[in-house]
Amino acid sequence: MGQIMDDHIQFFLDGELQRVQVQDPTTTVLEYLREELGHTAVKEGCAEGDCGACTVVLAELHGQAYRLRSINACIQFLPTLDGKYVLTAEGLADAHSLHPVQQAMVDCHASQCGFCTPGFVMSLFALFKSDISPGRQDINHALSGNLCRCTGYRPIIDAARDMYRLADPQHADWRRVAGAPDPRQLLDSEQDLLRKLRHIRRSETLQLGDRYFSPVDEDELAALVEANPGATLLAGGTDVGLWVTKDYRELPRVIYLGNIPELQQITVDNEGMTIGAGANLTEALAMLVDEYPGFAEVSRRYASPPICNAGTLVGNVANGSPIGDSMPALMCLGTVLQLRQGSRQRELPLDRFYLGYQQTALEPGEYVSALRVPRAMPNCHFQSYKIGKRYDQDISGLCGAFRLQLSGGNVQTIDICFGGMAAVPQRAERAENALQGQPWSETSIRHGMAALEQDFEPISDLRATADYRRIVAGNLLLKFFADTQAGAKPNRVFDLDEALG
Amino acid sequence: MKDRSTVHRSLPHDSAHLHVQGRAQYTDDIPLPGGTLHAAVGWSQEAHARLKHLDLSQVRTAPGVVAVLTVDDIPGRNNHGPILADDPLMAEDTVEYVGQVLFTVVAETAGQARRAARLAKVDYESLEPVLQINDALDRSSEVVPPQTLVRGDPDEALAAGDQVLSGRFSIGGQDHFYLEGQVALALPGDDGDFVIHASTQHPSEVQHLVAEALGLQSKDVMVHCRRMGGAFGGKETQPALFACLAALAAYKTGRPVKLRLNRDDDMTVTGKRHPYQVDYRVAFNESGMIQGIDIRYSSDCGRSADLSGPVNARTIFHADNCYFLEHIRVESRRLKTHKASNTAFRGFGGPQGMVGIEHVMGDIARHLGLDPLEVRLRNLYGQDDRNVTPYGMTVEDNIAPEVIRRLSESSQYAVRRQAVAKFNQANPEIKKGLALTPVKFGISFTARHYNQAGALIHIYRDGSILLNHGGTEMGQGLFTKVAQVVAEVFQVGVDQIRCSATDTSKVPNTSATAASAGSDLNGMAAYNAARTLRDRLTCFAADRYGVPEDQIRYQNGMVQAGEHQLGFEELVDQAYLARVSLSSTGFYKTPKIDYDPNTLQGRPFYYFCYGAAVSEVAIDCLTGESRLLRVDILHDVGKSLNPALDLGQIEGGFIQGVGWLTCEELCWDDSGRLTTHAPSTYKIPTVTDWPEQFYVEIAAWSENSEATIYRSKAVGEPPFMLAISVFEAIKDAVSAAGPGRVQLDAPATPERILQAVASVRQ
Repeated sequence: MGQIMDDHIQFFLDGELQRVQVQDPTTTVLEYLREELGHTAVKEGCAEGDCGACTVVLAELHGQAYRLRSINACIQFLPTLDGKYVLTAEGLADAHSLHPVQQAMVDCHASQCGFCTPGFVMSLFALFKSDISPGRQDINHALSGNLCRCTGYRPIIDAARDMYRLADPQHADWRRVAGAPDPRQLLDSEQDLLRKLRHIRRSETLQLGDRYFSPVDEDELAALVEANPGATLLAGGTDVGLWVTKDYRELPRVIYLGNIPELQQITVDNEGMTIGAGANLTEALAMLVDEYPGFAEVSRRYASPPICNAGTLVGNVANGSPIGDSMPALMCLGTVLQLRQGSRQRELPLDRFYLGYQQTALEPGEYVSALRVPRAMPNCHFQSYKIGKRYDQDISGLCGAFRLQLSGGNVQTIDICFGGMAAVPQRAERAENALQGQPWSETSIRHGMAALEQDFEPISDLRATADYRRIVAGNLLLKFFADTQAGAKPNRVFDLDEALG
Repeated sequence: MKDRSTVHRSLPHDSAHLHVQGRAQYTDDIPLPGGTLHAAVGWSQEAHARLKHLDLSQVRTAPGVVAVLTVDDIPGRNNHGPILADDPLMAEDTVEYVGQVLFTVVAETAGQARRAARLAKVDYESLEPVLQINDALDRSSEVVPPQTLVRGDPDEALAAGDQVLSGRFSIGGQDHFYLEGQVALALPGDDGDFVIHASTQHPSEVQHLVAEALGLQSKDVMVHCRRMGGAFGGKETQPALFACLAALAAYKTGRPVKLRLNRDDDMTVTGKRHPYQVDYRVAFNESGMIQGIDIRYSSDCGRSADLSGPVNARTIFHADNCYFLEHIRVESRRLKTHKASNTAFRGFGGPQGMVGIEHVMGDIARHLGLDPLEVRLRNLYGQDDRNVTPYGMTVEDNIAPEVIRRLSESSQYAVRRQAVAKFNQANPEIKKGLALTPVKFGISFTARHYNQAGALIHIYRDGSILLNHGGTEMGQGLFTKVAQVVAEVFQVGVDQIRCSATDTSKVPNTSATAASAGSDLNGMAAYNAARTLRDRLTCFAADRYGVPEDQIRYQNGMVQAGEHQLGFEELVDQAYLARVSLSSTGFYKTPKIDYDPNTLQGRPFYYFCYGAAVSEVAIDCLTGESRLLRVDILHDVGKSLNPALDLGQIEGGFIQGVGWLTCEELCWDDSGRLTTHAPSTYKIPTVTDWPEQFYVEIAAWSENSEATIYRSKAVGEPPFMLAISVFEAIKDAVSAAGPGRVQLDAPATPERILQAVASVRQ
């Protein structure tokens, strides 16, 4: 174990190397940029990753090339920047001209008060560098984590369509539109970026006093977690960040999972997909939708790109929130968790993981190292639905997932799981039993709906009342039934709008 | 070629190039002098209680804390109420809402101050809170007295009416959700004076209230605001509290102090749009013509008066919207509840007034089985008769019928109404709805003295122009528009003009930038200042070149004096050398307005703005989810000063209104604590909520019949109410789900829509 005591981290900010002595490892990137560096192009609108005014883009090494991802600076802890390159709206323009994204925003009259604008610019920049002709739905998704209270969004959508007109393929910086960068075709400036990133790459554990550990391989992680059973495990920080920014919690010890290459992997074999604890949601959700198209709605509405670019699927599952959006589907699909405690490893089905409100089957010093999701079965219907007050970036009132296999018109197997209906994500066992072996008909569904009433005792809160949750849970079963019928009519109001459908 | 100024052109916002680089400086971005301290507020956890004991010992000893201030530390008046002095800066012996400020912590860092603020131990003696409108009605709990406006004989009309409907529904509040939260920076200066940087729509009010709190005079306090990161009415009266507390902390410590609220504190402590309950009884004939109406608006004002009097007065003035209501009683109740004191918000009570009457129109149409548009058309104000409002003002410029006619044609309303019916027949669980609603919104502050403005213009020897006026920039583009006006007068490029930060030491006694009147008032004041200067230059040039004044022409940055042509800057320099004053103030007061606030009779408004929208929605009868599918808007801004900026106001206002009526739901728990105090729980519209089919047009044929600045009209608030079309369209869709009467409260969340569907199907 090559541990070096070092209380400095290194990163680039808009091209300039920053070598920072970290006083408090739970200082957020936003706080540091604004309060220590006076770098005010990054704004605080909410300090919880929900408004996007603080959006920045990270560049980091990815194989032989680099990758870019937008994140929310307000909930990202400063030490996680170690080895990375941060781009902000202030760094995009040069002395002579605005960046195409910025010029398009000006030309389209896309800023009014301007406070959200730097964040929109960075989300658009991430889109500019990842897609060369986004449609309306791609634009929606790219901007779904940025709130604007002034414009109504139309001119910003226009700017997203207009910005490519101003792109400069020869320009030796961020003005070139690009997909995944091809190392053979990297521009000098990109070679320079790679050199910079390699220069500050850390191949050994970063330790900041006794408060922050960032190991680089999983064995070391397992040892650290076992030795520090009370430590906070940090991956994307999309929930842990809020413990600090909202609840002012002190985190005495943090172990960061984000620098362990093997944990970031997603692998697929004949039986299933293995999603490592460090794999971000953007990649994991794409993989799941690819295998299970019925997961598309929940995946799209799961969270904004800056959240999905930071947060992890394993984090969502391990956190055990009753309203996490992935668990109903994952549970429905027979997902198994791979748990590790020191050198000991074990597997546990997801539907046996949650013991009670924010209680899991994890032993002290044990952590979830990966999820294993089975491959899709042939002739299997799978669908998941999310119900909230808003299409984008909302926490569900409830979320339902259904998997069905028919045999000669009868139910061979059915899995029904819900979030938002109980203290934990949970199977609707009575409803499953009521439908098992029955003809797949509206009559059976009505019986299933009646049984479903007995499965849950939901609560009332600001997202929905208990009655609403109970009624809609049953209605989602009806909706699923309609979706399994040949030549199904539009079943979601969202399908009727070209902006979505 | 230089960008030559002129009005009526779509110039970009003057800060757009700064916005996109993150270089536009907001109050929180101002570099701080050494030794600046940071403040945080500690607030009440109870909605209504007597304060038995406030133990701040742990707050005082927390790391980094420099001072802890309570009501005892205030040298002057403990108030930030704008009209009545009923808003304490910090609580004295009782608290009246969860979020009421108890004390202020001052520390070396903002984090230290906020952490320390949580360490207070407060001993409360709980008192019973009033949290619901109906509770407040039962107890006659009021912040200001009720008002009633009556015309004709509504009781007789209701008794004799062909058909009568009565109903009740409620309308939720709305958080402003400006992206930049409340913030103030107080700098102690020379000989006891203070400079306050605040994010405020009303620098003069901040100045007066800070002076009062510190026992100073207005001359001792200078308030400065270059721009706000959004305001929407939420920075009209609300910023004074935070500016006063920052100033008090600076006064006590002798050091600069910044107070910036985090989002949760901001949403918990500050007031919002007033929630309303509407009760009505309406009589009408078989064609839907209203014969008489009795309508009561009961508003939840929260704990103090704030602006609730004028907000509710504007509700009364908009209960008619575009309709002639011959026999009418409008009653307005201003109820006191133990919640944050509700305040100004885009539309200022007008939207609630209009939602009321538009609901009545829809209710009548559905009852009679008529197209709601027919009912609306039948009740419109006439041109030469049926054209006097219940408050006695003649509607002289009624273009509502023309706006509706053009919009219903361009949107193909009739064809689409049939298509919607056909769709609904074929789809049992997804239903569509379509609605057209008009807007008529009165322009002028109902507080007569607010309808004045001042400007100050300096011309420097190089021909560059520094412009200052009393209006504030909150994103609406006011600085751009006023610069365009000045550029037009001198016929120079806008790049030759700098509009500097709003500053109480440059223009005194300013009105809030509110009531949509920013460019009407400040544009005209700046115009007058510019004309004074131009007249001086013209007089000088005529004399210098020996030509009559009417032969002096300004064009493209040049001045033509008979045969002589010279650059504007040359003339300016010559005028300077000839000792001509190149600085002038300008002043404007709105003409014609005159009404009696007690009887509510007269002419409260200089003119009206008009508009109309058609919205098409779909709802899901299994989940209650809704989706806005298509919007068509035709809106009147007179002769636009800047069409691009006006379009931005129309579109942005519309979507903000859609948020209010659909997804933005404020929730409180049973103890009166706001549970939706951040964007994770309070959902304003996002990019996906902008429908792909959105057709918006400015009524380019319209021109203000009154002599406003270049015949333009106000634009800030009126488009907000175009969103009522969405709420009405949702009710139209609900009515397709079953035969029962539609009962839907706002906001139309999935849960409320599902309930409404269940009730029409019963």
